[in-house]
Amino acid sequence: MKRRFLAAAALGLAALAGLLPRPAAAQAQPVEIQFWHGLAQPLGGQLEQIVADFNASQPRYRVVPSFRGGYAETMVAAIAAFRANAAPHLVQMFEVGTGTMMAAGRAVKPTYGLLAESGVEIDFGDYLPPVRGYYQAADGRQMSLPFNSSTAVMFWNKDHFRRAGLDPNAPPQTWQEVEQAARKLKAAGLACPLTTAWPAWVQVEQMSALHDVPIATLGNGFGGLGAEMRVNNPLMVRHMNNLIAWQREGLFKYGGRDAAADALFPNGECSIYMGSSGVRSRIIREGRFEWGTAMLPYYSDVAGAPRNSIIGGASFWALNRGPQGGRNAEEWKGVAEFFRYLSQPEVDAKWHMETGYVPVRRASYAIAEREGYYQKNPGAEIPIEQLLRGGETTENTRGIRLGGYVEIRNIIQEEMEKAFQGQQDGQQAMDAVVRRGNQVLRNFERANRQ
Amino acid sequence: MRKKVIFKGVALPLLLLAPQLAITCVFFLWPAGAAIWQSVLQQDAWGLRTEFVGLRNFEEVLVDPAWREAAWNTLVFSAAVATSAMAVALFLAVQADKSIRGANLYKTLLIWPYAVAPAVAAVLWLFLFHPSIGLIGRALNQAGILWDYKLNGGQAMLLVIIASAWKQVSYNFIFFLAGLQSIPRSVLEAAAIDGARPTRRFWTVVFPLLSPTTFFLLVVNLVYAFFDTFGVIHALTGGGPGKATETLIYKVYVEGVQNTNLGSSAAQSVILMVLVIAMTVVQFRFIERRVHY
Repeated sequence: MKRRFLAAAALGLAALAGLLPRPAAAQAQPVEIQFWHGLAQPLGGQLEQIVADFNASQPRYRVVPSFRGGYAETMVAAIAAFRANAAPHLVQMFEVGTGTMMAAGRAVKPTYGLLAESGVEIDFGDYLPPVRGYYQAADGRQMSLPFNSSTAVMFWNKDHFRRAGLDPNAPPQTWQEVEQAARKLKAAGLACPLTTAWPAWVQVEQMSALHDVPIATLGNGFGGLGAEMRVNNPLMVRHMNNLIAWQREGLFKYGGRDAAADALFPNGECSIYMGSSGVRSRIIREGRFEWGTAMLPYYSDVAGAPRNSIIGGASFWALNRGPQGGRNAEEWKGVAEFFRYLSQPEVDAKWHMETGYVPVRRASYAIAEREGYYQKNPGAEIPIEQLLRGGETTENTRGIRLGGYVEIRNIIQEEMEKAFQGQQDGQQAMDAVVRRGNQVLRNFERANRQ
Repeated sequence: MRKKVIFKGVALPLLLLAPQLAITCVFFLWPAGAAIWQSVLQQDAWGLRTEFVGLRNFEEVLVDPAWREAAWNTLVFSAAVATSAMAVALFLAVQADKSIRGANLYKTLLIWPYAVAPAVAAVLWLFLFHPSIGLIGRALNQAGILWDYKLNGGQAMLLVIIASAWKQVSYNFIFFLAGLQSIPRSVLEAAAIDGARPTRRFWTVVFPLLSPTTFFLLVVNLVYAFFDTFGVIHALTGGGPGKATETLIYKVYVEGVQNTNLGSSAAQSVILMVLVIAMTVVQFRFIERRVHY
């Protein structure tokens, strides 16, 4: 018994010794960069393939990818790890978490500073304006590296259109046309003429950007933490009232929060569906009908509409290890080198063509064009053209920079649900979003006072 | 008539208690203490800026209409889950206690759902009741009953109650069955000879003799409905539609994990802890008196 205990203790000691740094061997070992991401399969595997390619391209750094559940879980895990002084070097953060990251102070290492210190140059001027702008500070400095980006588009079922006597190759372009098409589809006996995924992102955020209308003051929060919600404007109220009326009439079907409605289009249930451009590959895989991709509809009587849509997706943030900092220059250099690799147009174009995310650079767009990708995949260029529509972004179409926006997005979905249940009209729903959203913004402002 | 064992010295009893005390400290006292401390702080998500705010977090929680709504949901939900899970389990246990062919098979099958993880259970129910892909959900809609738990708060509540109660029936079943089997045959036979019909025998003899089991299960079921139903709600409705199925424990999760608002989340969990302590005290002081041992 005693001997066994001694043996176990010796083994334990040996294991401990193995953990201790060995200066001589450390020279030859590559520097490890921990990288947490939130992409499930198959996208996660495709991302990890890019990481493997980077590791194979040079011997000094080794990026170690690790899947941490969805975006929200990844964000929470990174925050908890930071508090425990064990944060990863690099974390993939969804676009709604951007406001939280911007206010994180010394927890994050801004990308512009990281690149300057490491002597790495990335030409952000070549990035699509709505993509780079979403992740820039108010003064235009790049805070994180944009990576997988999508936007919202409209898909329509051409077989359904034929059955309803509509031209299958002429998708509705305005909301007025959507309404007429939906009526005809319903009259032809189709159960779900129109649905939407991501109700808050598509019907509130994208609609506001398309019509150049603010979601919040101070340029949607880019100007500081004091922003206030402004979604109870005439356009949004009108749009909500339309959706509520259409739902009652059976023209519009509410499919649930976040991505829940994604399933309703590929299975042939809904005729017109608005959702992430990234759903394209799923429709190709599962859809047993003819379909097309179009830009999101707009109200033709609103001056200035339509403008560019805004993005969804995620960017990469460099993190300090914990509240006391704790990273050396070599580790930062490794992160910067990885960023340089990711920003190459060839890498980006390959990612775009394999996954259906939009290219983040014009140069990558050009590569995909040159390789004939859009001839082979008609409609795949629609999201990019929609993002580039109208040239430079305005302060209402740059994106959203509100603290606690994850919570506000849920509030929008909750109030929309209450409206669709018949408990309130569009004005009351949007007023409630403003009231509850402002509470979140004030709390965030108070907790993040410098 | 109590027998007391007297230990000589302090070392041995302390040593014997040590494992339990250590577990209590590490898994209860320490986290509970941390929650109480966090509940009087205001902190950003990253823990870089901390400010002592006294009871402000509690004030804000208690005046928040959303919190009161969640408290009401919890009340409805817990009462419904506990009563339905216990009633169904008692009925099944009484049936399985009879001398019927294949009794053991029924017993085994009835115990199975307990082994199913909450999230998996939720997915099973989702595949039954989803309005467009669920078997029962589609049948309901085709029969002309408008079924859409994603938009109808009452239906959503009904669904999470059914799914949560279903999972707990097995547990209750085992205890009720054991309780029934420990009732002496002679008592039942005596009642039968006196001419009591089965229903009468159940309510006047069996049910009172089962009361210790029922009482124990009531406490366990309420605690289950309060704390262990997170997985079912999360996977089925996510607290929606609106906030129709957001219970107090779910709200603690939303506030702390999704919204990274730790002060408010900690205050809510402290309030929840106080509520459950109070509830258990009330149960032991007032209901236990009516229990026949």
